[in-house]
Amino acid sequence: MIRFEDAGVRFTDADRPVLAGVDLRIDEGELALVVGRTGSGKTTLLRAINGLVPHFSGGTLTGRVLVDGRDTRHHRPRDLADVVGYVGQDPLSGFVSDNVEDELAYGMESLGLPADVMRKRVEETLDLLGLADLRDRPLAALSGGQQQRVAIGSVLTTHPRILVLDEPTSALDPLAAEEVLATLQRLVHDLGLTVVLAEHRLERVAQYADRVVLVPGDGRPVVSGAPADVLADAPVAPPVVELGRIAGWQPLPLAVRDARRKAAPLRETLTEVEPPDRETAVTGDVVAEVEHLVASYHQVPALRGISATLRRGEVVALMGRNGAGKSTLLKALVGTKRPSGGRVVVDGQVPTELPPADLLSHVGLVPQVPGDLLYATTVGDECTQADRDGDLTAGTTQELFARLSTGVPLDQHPRDLSEGQRLTLALAIVLAAEPPLVLLDEPTRGLDYTAKHRLVEILRDLAADGHAVLLATHDVELVAEVATRVLVVADGELVADGPTADVVVSSPAFAPQVAKVLAPQRWLTPTEVAVALASGSRIPR
Amino acid sequence: MRPQSRLTFPRSLHPGAWWLWAIGLAAAASRTQNPVPLLLILAVAGLVVSARRSTAPWAKSYGAFLKLALVIIAVRIVFQALLSTGSQGPTVLFTLPEVPMPEGSGLKLGGEVTLEAVLRAFYEGLQLAVILCCIGAANSLGSARRLLRYVPGALYEIGVACVIALTFAPQLVTDAQRVREAHRLRGRKTRGLGSLKRLAMPVLEGALEHSVDLAAAMDSRGYGRTTDDSRVSRRLTGVLVFGGLLGVCVGVYGLLDGTTSSWLGLPMLLAGSVIAAAGIAVGGRRTGRTRYRPDPWALPEWLVAGCGVTAAVAMFVNVAVAPEELYLATVVMVPPVPTIAVLGILVAMLPAVLAPPLPVVRAPRPLEVAA
Repeated sequence: MIRFEDAGVRFTDADRPVLAGVDLRIDEGELALVVGRTGSGKTTLLRAINGLVPHFSGGTLTGRVLVDGRDTRHHRPRDLADVVGYVGQDPLSGFVSDNVEDELAYGMESLGLPADVMRKRVEETLDLLGLADLRDRPLAALSGGQQQRVAIGSVLTTHPRILVLDEPTSALDPLAAEEVLATLQRLVHDLGLTVVLAEHRLERVAQYADRVVLVPGDGRPVVSGAPADVLADAPVAPPVVELGRIAGWQPLPLAVRDARRKAAPLRETLTEVEPPDRETAVTGDVVAEVEHLVASYHQVPALRGISATLRRGEVVALMGRNGAGKSTLLKALVGTKRPSGGRVVVDGQVPTELPPADLLSHVGLVPQVPGDLLYATTVGDECTQADRDGDLTAGTTQELFARLSTGVPLDQHPRDLSEGQRLTLALAIVLAAEPPLVLLDEPTRGLDYTAKHRLVEILRDLAADGHAVLLATHDVELVAEVATRVLVVADGELVADGPTADVVVSSPAFAPQVAKVLAPQRWLTPTEVAVALASGSRIPR
Repeated sequence: MRPQSRLTFPRSLHPGAWWLWAIGLAAAASRTQNPVPLLLILAVAGLVVSARRSTAPWAKSYGAFLKLALVIIAVRIVFQALLSTGSQGPTVLFTLPEVPMPEGSGLKLGGEVTLEAVLRAFYEGLQLAVILCCIGAANSLGSARRLLRYVPGALYEIGVACVIALTFAPQLVTDAQRVREAHRLRGRKTRGLGSLKRLAMPVLEGALEHSVDLAAAMDSRGYGRTTDDSRVSRRLTGVLVFGGLLGVCVGVYGLLDGTTSSWLGLPMLLAGSVIAAAGIAVGGRRTGRTRYRPDPWALPEWLVAGCGVTAAVAMFVNVAVAPEELYLATVVMVPPVPTIAVLGILVAMLPAVLAPPLPVVRAPRPLEVAA
């Protein structure tokens, strides 16, 4: 269905090609998962399938790419619209109209299909993707998962044979992600569609893939094959695969179910060992306290009486659906959202009453889009600015940034940094003033595994240095790695508050893969298991 | 009789009909400064909006337009009272302290404020305000965005650009708010000229990225797949449409201004329309686009549009027959009631009942229980 023949892509002004010598075959009806680090060329590979590379992006394509027999050199993306449906990273920015039905029809209108065909296909697609109840809703009013399904639906109406998706679940909470993945499953199994998707959150999709395409980056050759084979020694792997590697399972399990069936002996060995207890470490002073906090947006309540405390040395995860009130709680803690009731005290101060200049020495927030904090033209300028804003000795921020993220040239533009580097730059700016409370909103959005590991180390160091860290996140694996305590909010109320293992092990939505495999034992990460096994016990086969 | 031709069949009216109706009222307002028909137009527009607007977000825009109209009137009066030069009239209301201005500059700041000046400013402001409210009424009854779906094929690209602009404007405001909040987090002041520059950078960069994403998405979904893409037909369409629209603009100006020579009015409008129509027809053949579920144009649409046109025609007739009823001899006189125009405007009130009622939005279905 899709064939890359010795294909390579080089953008103008780049000293190295992004992709070189790619030979790849994706057959009809396959679900192919493209993995690799950020900046390795995943998006370029995906865009080459529908001709956006090179027709839209510029640059040179060597070799050739055949899609359903059509050569992308001679077919522009618009000429391939009836064969390939492409859904970009942010569905909202790809929407052309403003309600669901019109959006679904847009592609067909462009192809000039007759009105009765359009009418029929829109109805079919609404049913196929479970969107019938939303048909005349404005697109902006939909949830993230619904928007993603509309974006998929809008390319399906032209009846393409191939669906290409760039990180379809990155921005979604676990349940919305499942909603989208279930839809994709159905398209592959019932309609025989060929699906190619790139995703960082491997733990969510690896089990559904028929083929994994590893893009190692730096022009090294692309590897493609059965998921278990490719993931066996890939630098990126979901936790269940890592657990499989540690336990030496053959073939490697990709889904929790496969692993669970093999895990009985491992569970038996592990009964003799106590899982590490994180909670005991935390006895620091109270840094922040919220009491019966109420906040609302124009009569719509966002928080309905939340009470919680944060202590020095804690890493607390704040979890819950999109729109449950996570961001509002963070905003209340930094004083950008004025509570309509209750009390917020951060480091002995009321955040809404602090002037901006003093705020940073009490509490710092890294927003969901870290780029919002940046406005200078080089990384160096950005650091100098931060020193000046916070009245710090010159060079503090820069030193901190160099410690958090090595090897970034100071004359680079912040926009050209990778997602992970941009996050660490924003973090360095926030941390330079040494606020006792550090808040992070969705820090792992768009981060690959390597960047995530680095973030975990940074967060642990922060806690060890006596900061209190609160992170709002959907990433259950990150929570499993780093959090000492978990708060779960739903509909503006606190529904759970307790040590990580207590809260997540029993939860179907928030449990990390290792916990699902080893439940009822309270193991959360592959590393914990590896350490436990190394300290004496025999590795079970 | 097809259901859409019935006046009682609940559906949303073609936005084009609402816009024609509103343009008719606005055209009527443009020909007079007599407050009697002007206030009547305002009342009629308000009544119809309250009777037939939907629950969609844009339907609330009438209130915003009304507020803007009040601001226009207030600004006009203040400036007239403070700055107007020359003879203002004999009835002095009060005297403001006057700032001496250079001799012969023709400028005046402060001084006597007369009843005549204030009234004249009020009437002129009212006219502009009423025209604005007519546009507001059209926008809340049939959103500009829905109307843009009916842009003819030849003007399709322009239509798309407008739709995107309409989407991006509110997006820009939310982005700016988000970035401003972020600046506070960095301990920066959020006011002042310097902060504006720092605000503009990330917001504009974000908007640019958005636009590129959107362009990629549109390209992948077949935007611009035209059936006949020869250069000649493209040029021909461009010249015809542009020339025609130019003619229409000049014609409308001539018709509404009323002081220019007569050939600039109706004949120019007609010639322009014909040329533009030809261009649109040629261009329409060029794109192979089709349209999904177009709103029907049936009896209610004809009636609503007709009511608006009636108001305009009645006003024009009244101007021709009895101009003294519409152009006041002195501003202080009690304004007369222009009978024909008033009757026409009252006809424009009929859409409050003639337009079909809006379908009630179905409540989300409760969870289906297995039978």
